[in-house]
Amino acid sequence: MMRNVWVLAEHTDGKLKRVTFELLTKGREICAAVGGTLCAVLIGSGVEGMAPDLQKWASKVWVVDQPSLENYTPDAYAKAMTTIFEKERPIMLLLAASSNGRDLAPKLAARFDGALASSCTDVVMDGGRLVGIRPVLGETAFVRVGFKSPLQIMTIRPNVIPVTEPENPSNGTVEKVDVTFDEKDLRTKVLEVTKAAGKVELTEASIIVSGGRGMGGPENFKILEELADVLGAAVGASRSAVDAGWRPHSEQVGQTGKVVNPTLYIACGISGAIQHLAGMKTSRWIVAINKDPEAPIFKLADFGIVANLFDVVPKLAEEIKTMKTD
Amino acid sequence: MNILVCMKQVPDTAIAIRLDAEQKSIDRSEITYVVNPFDEYAIEAGLQLKEKYGGEVTLVTMGPDRADEALRTGLAMGADKGVHISDPALEGSDTLVTAKVLAAAIKGLPYDIVLCGKVATDDNTGQVGPALAELLGIPHISGATTLEVDDDAKKATATREVEGGFMRMEVPIPAVITAEKDLNAPRYPSLPGIMKAKTKPVDKKDVASLGMDPSSVGLAGSKIQPMGMSLPPVREAGRIIEGEAEEAAKELARLLRAEVKIL
Ligand SMILES: Cc1cc2nc3c(=O)[nH]c(=O)nc-3n(C[C@H](O)[C@H](O)[C@H](O)COP(=O)(O)OP(=O)(O)OC[C@H]3O[C@@H](n4cnc5c(N)ncnc54)[C@H](O)[C@@H]3O)c2cc1C
Ligand SMILES: Nc1ncnc2c1ncn2[C@@H]1O[C@H](COP(=O)(O)O)[C@@H](O)[C@H]1O
Repeated sequence: MMRNVWVLAEHTDGKLKRVTFELLTKGREICAAVGGTLCAVLIGSGVEGMAPDLQKWASKVWVVDQPSLENYTPDAYAKAMTTIFEKERPIMLLLAASSNGRDLAPKLAARFDGALASSCTDVVMDGGRLVGIRPVLGETAFVRVGFKSPLQIMTIRPNVIPVTEPENPSNGTVEKVDVTFDEKDLRTKVLEVTKAAGKVELTEASIIVSGGRGMGGPENFKILEELADVLGAAVGASRSAVDAGWRPHSEQVGQTGKVVNPTLYIACGISGAIQHLAGMKTSRWIVAINKDPEAPIFKLADFGIVANLFDVVPKLAEEIKTMKTD
Repeated sequence: MNILVCMKQVPDTAIAIRLDAEQKSIDRSEITYVVNPFDEYAIEAGLQLKEKYGGEVTLVTMGPDRADEALRTGLAMGADKGVHISDPALEGSDTLVTAKVLAAAIKGLPYDIVLCGKVATDDNTGQVGPALAELLGIPHISGATTLEVDDDAKKATATREVEGGFMRMEVPIPAVITAEKDLNAPRYPSLPGIMKAKTKPVDKKDVASLGMDPSSVGLAGSKIQPMGMSLPPVREAGRIIEGEAEEAAKELARLLRAEVKIL
């Protein structure tokens, strides 16, 4: 059997997402360790144009490009994967721990009776075995897991694997696959897709500016948005800010919100409750702005400012703006 | 309408987690347990469907004896009965095995909809719902922030968040829907509810009564093998930038350029 490691490409608006290259980087590393070949799978409608970018990395690119795959649905994507699996089986399949990746992976694991480790932050070799590393219990502990199955599936979080471009582009082959959908594969109908235009996605953002109860009200988030704008950052919120109705739940960071791994996380008026930390403590750098010197957030912040955030945030935005135009 | 809600008892993460001496799992001596927060949204959604269409809400859990407390909490919220799958052979089950066990229990029950939480806050996988749907041969929508069920037209419509936006989807029922935090505001158990919950029926099941082979469950049947745990490196408190707010902001901007190197 071929020892193939597959990466399911994620894309949006006709472009491959950065997480796809993160997965390819990891996939290449795994191939080098287990002696396998790297392949990519590209599924969607009007996606074929993205294949050349994948060919640089992968020996083979499977492409399923059909109108019924315009939007992700678990049924249709699982059918597309099943059709490819009938031609060839990987030993390992890597997906992004994105909303769709985490939705599809367990369905595939159940269908093919594979081992699935989800939301991993890394995969390493340990005594000749692949071992996935996953945070559990609100990021308070890491568990190392081994796989006992001919098919190993992993979802890996965005932002945790640094991309390194291939030294020698592989110029892989493209194989187009035609999928015949029957009614059972199209049970799920997408009625509507709403996109927040121009918004930086929290889980993919490399900088996040987040506000809590200390923001005092919804109108005050304007100063955070301005800071986010100059930094090219996404805006996040604590649960208190969300439950007060100041910000949508899609912006909540924490145990019952999103887990983020940005390079820089700036917490403004957030006390640093354990459930909030569960969502952001793996950030590379943490900055806290809070008027209470005893706020727990300072215990893990790399840089802290004890002050009224309304004095600090606008000034910080202004400083950064001047720096950037210098 | 027959509504099933899968629920799990999880450690309360407000309590600091420590590892046992072998660094294999967590030290459970000081842990307290709660209903997985996401399952409270699933239970609430189930109760609202019952209020609209009548019928019964049945809670299904797989877990040790102590999971009965979690079931009682859900029953106190207003669910009608419970199914408790408990067996020493289940210890160490990965999420696929969990889904198989739940599927085996559910196949013997009448259902129009199966509700789960989006993710359990202990193992953090979010796998059980979609895997369960696949094993039952029905569609699913994960991470629902809105849910409408039309029992006459036999369909469910839900909104789920995706990167950069939202997607509204429709599936025929029966289906599995997993609940996101925003779905509703779970009710608190009332005092009479708590009293009544004590005597509501809970059907106890073990591996044999589900017709499953003990070697296909638990650690033996699992494809994910835990190899040990570790605590993340402790983050040290960094430095407090002194000075008036304006100066501090200026210094922070300098540090963002010089040390964080993002500017
Ligand atoms: C099951 C469960 C799940 C949870 N999930 C989450 C989750 O996913 N995400 C989450 O965030 N929380 C979560 N929580 C809630 C969490 O416990 C805290 O209640 C919440 O994080 C507090 O939010 P906060 O820091 O904004 O508010 P507070 O704790 O009230 O803190 C506000 C802070 O702002 C500071 N402040 C006020 N005014 C100013 C000012 N002008 N300038 C500077 N600083 C100021 C104060 O000093 C204070 O430290 C969860 C709780 C439970 C029980
Ligand atoms: N042991 C269990 N018993 C019943 N339901 C469970 C169990 N484990 C997981 N679930 C359900 O599946 C959801 C997702 O859990 P998980 O996939 O473990 O993150 C939970 O919110 C529950 O609804």
